[in-house]
Amino acid sequence: MRNLLNFIVKHQFFFIFLGLQVIAFTILFQNNYYHRSFFVNSANHLTGGLYSKYADVSDYFHLKDINQQLVEENKTLIQQTPYSYLKTDQQVFQHEDTIYKRQYEYVNARVINNSVNRRNNYITLDKGQTYGIEQDMGVITPKGVIGIVKDVSENFSSVLSLLHRDVRISAKIKKNEHIGTILWDMPDYRKVTMQDIPPHVEVLAGDTIITSGYSNIFPEGILIGTVEDYQVRSGESFLTLEVELFEDFNNLTHVYVVKNFYGKEQDLLEFHSRTEPVYW
Amino acid sequence: MQTLVINYIGRFLILVIIQIFVLNNIQISGYINPFLYVFFILILPFDTPKNLLLVLAFVLGLTIDMFSDTPGMHTSATVFMAFMRPGVIRAISIKKDFESKSFPGLHNMDASWIATYSFIMIFLHHTVLFFLEIFSLNDFFSTIWRSLLSSLITLVLVFISFLLESKPKSRR
Repeated sequence: MRNLLNFIVKHQFFFIFLGLQVIAFTILFQNNYYHRSFFVNSANHLTGGLYSKYADVSDYFHLKDINQQLVEENKTLIQQTPYSYLKTDQQVFQHEDTIYKRQYEYVNARVINNSVNRRNNYITLDKGQTYGIEQDMGVITPKGVIGIVKDVSENFSSVLSLLHRDVRISAKIKKNEHIGTILWDMPDYRKVTMQDIPPHVEVLAGDTIITSGYSNIFPEGILIGTVEDYQVRSGESFLTLEVELFEDFNNLTHVYVVKNFYGKEQDLLEFHSRTEPVYW
Repeated sequence: MQTLVINYIGRFLILVIIQIFVLNNIQISGYINPFLYVFFILILPFDTPKNLLLVLAFVLGLTIDMFSDTPGMHTSATVFMAFMRPGVIRAISIKKDFESKSFPGLHNMDASWIATYSFIMIFLHHTVLFFLEIFSLNDFFSTIWRSLLSSLITLVLVFISFLLESKPKSRR
């Protein structure tokens, strides 16, 4: 025992090194799970607060682009209002609209931290639980899919960027509705890969890719990007498409968080029918 | 002694702020990142107690981790770098003992020593960091290449920092 203690004291430098490495690795592995600890997370209070101060300043540099984007968005919205349609029918109908119920609600938020150059990228938003943001909500912009909310604190939320190893999004080719999976291969942050398209499907460069709406995270028809190249990779039987994103992830400033009122219901139903044994 | 401690606390804060708000937003050709904050470990005095060295590296790495959403990676890499420091200094120095409280800098070491010392340390740090980030040996050579390029960029920044550090001394 004494010898052991002597040994440890003699080589204390090495043992302290070992101890600190063990702590570092514990943090690393703990945080690989879906729930990242509160400890090292930019959604936590101190770091989140600092980042929002920083964003307050840097936002001014984007004002011009943001205005441009808002004008574009307003234009499309105005085009959809009844006022921009000419009435050609003189008869007037009025009826209670009970066919439609609101399924999606959008919360606007500001990006206060973002990266594109790591293997796993995260985005921090300046709104949290107080605005009704919850885990697993989708994050979008008018130009495309951004990511999925992972952790929420009172005033901030941390988002898994589309540029993250664990993010897979169900998408489809707009013209023929064939579905596949979007994921990100290193290293170009302007391009993602779409997999699992059967080889008989006709694809052309320039085809638009949109979300499929199969998962309850994103509504159907959110833009993602255009096909740039397609091939059957050696050893695979499915097509792999190279998709160029519409959104430039390097200058994100304002995003929308999507709240799906019927998401839980769909989840629960799907979970039951997949896990409960069937007897007949 | 006190001014020394205050000096180093100041350097710590300045380096962390530069790293988080400036350098973390810079990428050259897609995925090369400079990590200037390791300069803090490089410039610690020669006679820093070895254990203190590790603890300081741990605190520095953890601070960077907290701000860049990279749990544990920078901590591990920086602690590893600090662990290697005494060995690296011993291996490349001809003169075996240094004046107490003196720290590596252009005022007491020649430029080639500083460059070798910095490059070895930075490369060790970046290699550990990038392998922890990728966490597989699949793209072994591309990861090595990436850490080499990033190390060179960091080395340039570190060298500039050494120049800035030595300036007030020569004026006196």
